[in-house]
Amino acid sequence: MQIPATSASIHQAAASSTGRVLASVLALAFGTLLLWGVGFAHNDLLHNAAHDTRHSNGFPCH
Amino acid sequence: MMDHLRRLLAVALFAGILAGAVASLGHQWNTVPTILVAETYEHQDSAAPGQADHAAEAHEHGAEAWAPEDGLERTLYTVLADMLTGIAYALLLGAAMSLRGAVADWRQGLLWGLAGFAVFTLAPSIGLPPKLPGTPVAELADRQVWWVATALLTAGGLALIAFTRRLPWAVLAVIVIALPHLWGAPAAPAEASAVPDALTQRFIAGVTAVSLLFWATLGLATGWLQARLSHASHG
Repeated sequence: MQIPATSASIHQAAASSTGRVLASVLALAFGTLLLWGVGFAHNDLLHNAAHDTRHSNGFPCH
Repeated sequence: MMDHLRRLLAVALFAGILAGAVASLGHQWNTVPTILVAETYEHQDSAAPGQADHAAEAHEHGAEAWAPEDGLERTLYTVLADMLTGIAYALLLGAAMSLRGAVADWRQGLLWGLAGFAVFTLAPSIGLPPKLPGTPVAELADRQVWWVATALLTAGGLALIAFTRRLPWAVLAVIVIALPHLWGAPAAPAEASAVPDALTQRFIAGVTAVSLLFWATLGLATGWLQARLSHASHG
């Protein structure tokens, strides 16, 4: 019983690690998208709404 | 995986809004008033006949589109954008910490936050210091490419220094961090600025100080919350 229990817990740990990496990559993608919209998008409406934030964060602006 | 994601999003939301609130206070108190003063110079300059100011012109291209009214409306949009910036950076920081897989606490979080300050504020501002409206600048897309490349290279270099133990990697890391500055940021056209240098200096100091407070708050909050939630879920 010892071996199956150990291999099951190794399997579980591996699945949990894959899940952690997948979740982290998704969070990185969300964060990048949001940062691009607030700080970098060339759209005039987004630029004007976030104007003072872009300057105050040192993002390249007009 | 959904559990991890839910926890990452929850931590980013709380830490991002908290750090965004700190940035909002700092911006409304220090940097936004300087921007408003700079705009009076910018408008004076573009109103002067026969003076074609490149920066003012570039600013005016957005004049056709909607913009928030000066006053409360403009302030609210800036606060909203500060919050969203906070959440965005919180997602990046939380994800990077979670990828690394270390058990975080507030102190680890603070060190990660200071690394974020170096990556996203200090390094890009060496070549592209924060600019006020009305100052001459290079092409926007060129500056954005250099800014993003510098942040990525700095992050990569710091990661090599922090997470490897061999000398060649450390040497490579230092070269990688120096590289974008040796290459050089896109140069601004040699035109006179509409804004006094003293105002720009004040602005750069304000942006840097508020950013330090922002990143310290973000790191502390992210580390502390990650530790709390992982204790809670592991009993």
